[in-house]
Amino acid sequence: MTRTAWLVAAGLAAAACRTGGGTGPRTEPSREARGWQAFAAVAAVLQSPRCVSCHVAGDAPLQGDGGQAHTMNVKRGAEGRGTPVLRCTSCHQTENVETPHAPPGAPDWRLPPPAMRMAWQGLGTEALCRMLKDPAQNGGRSLAALEAHLREDALVAWGFRPGPGRRPPPVSQPELLARFVDWKDAGAPCAASDSHGH
Amino acid sequence: MPPTQVVINGTPQTTEAEPRTPLLWVLREEFGLTAAKYGCGVAQCGACTVHLDGDAVRSCVTPLARAAGKQVTTLEGLAHGRLRQAWLDEQVPQCGYCQPGQLMSAAVLLARTPHPTDAEIDDAMAGNLCRCGTYQRIRRAIHRAAQAGSAKP
Repeated sequence: MTRTAWLVAAGLAAAACRTGGGTGPRTEPSREARGWQAFAAVAAVLQSPRCVSCHVAGDAPLQGDGGQAHTMNVKRGAEGRGTPVLRCTSCHQTENVETPHAPPGAPDWRLPPPAMRMAWQGLGTEALCRMLKDPAQNGGRSLAALEAHLREDALVAWGFRPGPGRRPPPVSQPELLARFVDWKDAGAPCAASDSHGH
Repeated sequence: MPPTQVVINGTPQTTEAEPRTPLLWVLREEFGLTAAKYGCGVAQCGACTVHLDGDAVRSCVTPLARAAGKQVTTLEGLAHGRLRQAWLDEQVPQCGYCQPGQLMSAAVLLARTPHPTDAEIDDAMAGNLCRCGTYQRIRRAIHRAAQAGSAKP
């Protein structure tokens, strides 16, 4: 089991414990608790290198599975597409190329723009959740629009087919979408506390 | 497979090369434009830099298909006389292998930032490696070319 997959499993187990998996009588987890449990899988994807490399806190993207600084001092730039000379598309093509060690490619390769950074690098799951569903921080997207983004955006889809030498997220894109819908349908909770407080 | 049409240094050209062929191969092998160099082959060194519709791209990983219907400019077609003169005045090249790529990046920089600061030069040129270490001379030459540009009537 990979480290990330282990973390997902541990997170799910922890969520299960918090929602009634203790020594007392077994009770059905609340709707919110189930939603929060589903979000653990969503968060594990969003915090994977394929997403975090560009959803960074600073102004420089990362690369590789280890989150090392992007070579060539590449920067976000005014539109999230690099600096005027060193643009993302100076090297990244619209699809992966066959050459080993060449840069990966997908349509419209970019970072979030500086005006809407969507920088969840280093955020805890709860803070990530709150950022994700806040239109002021997520590019003005409703939950339905977020779901469509995860389903249809070519750059998101690339993350699950990143080419050789790059680890895909811990769950598949269909699994991500299923867990996202579970979370959304449960009211998009950003904590399991509702299971304790209601 | 239909041929690919591309405008190279202002001249419409047609090539039968396979669309996934790196643009660098087509420029060098088919059209004899050998200024752009093969360095690393994986967009890590910048020696192959050319312009695609005015943007600096690494032609070693740019498939020919991406250039279809677009304007490709190589050092042979670069109009920046002041940039070349500045390179000569500062005696920039040592071995010279990376310099075509350096010049192509510098040309885009000056086109978009006519009077770049040192920091802007460093940001723009960070993708062009020089094993001879001519970076200081490159920076001076870009400043010199910028000044020459502003001195034009």
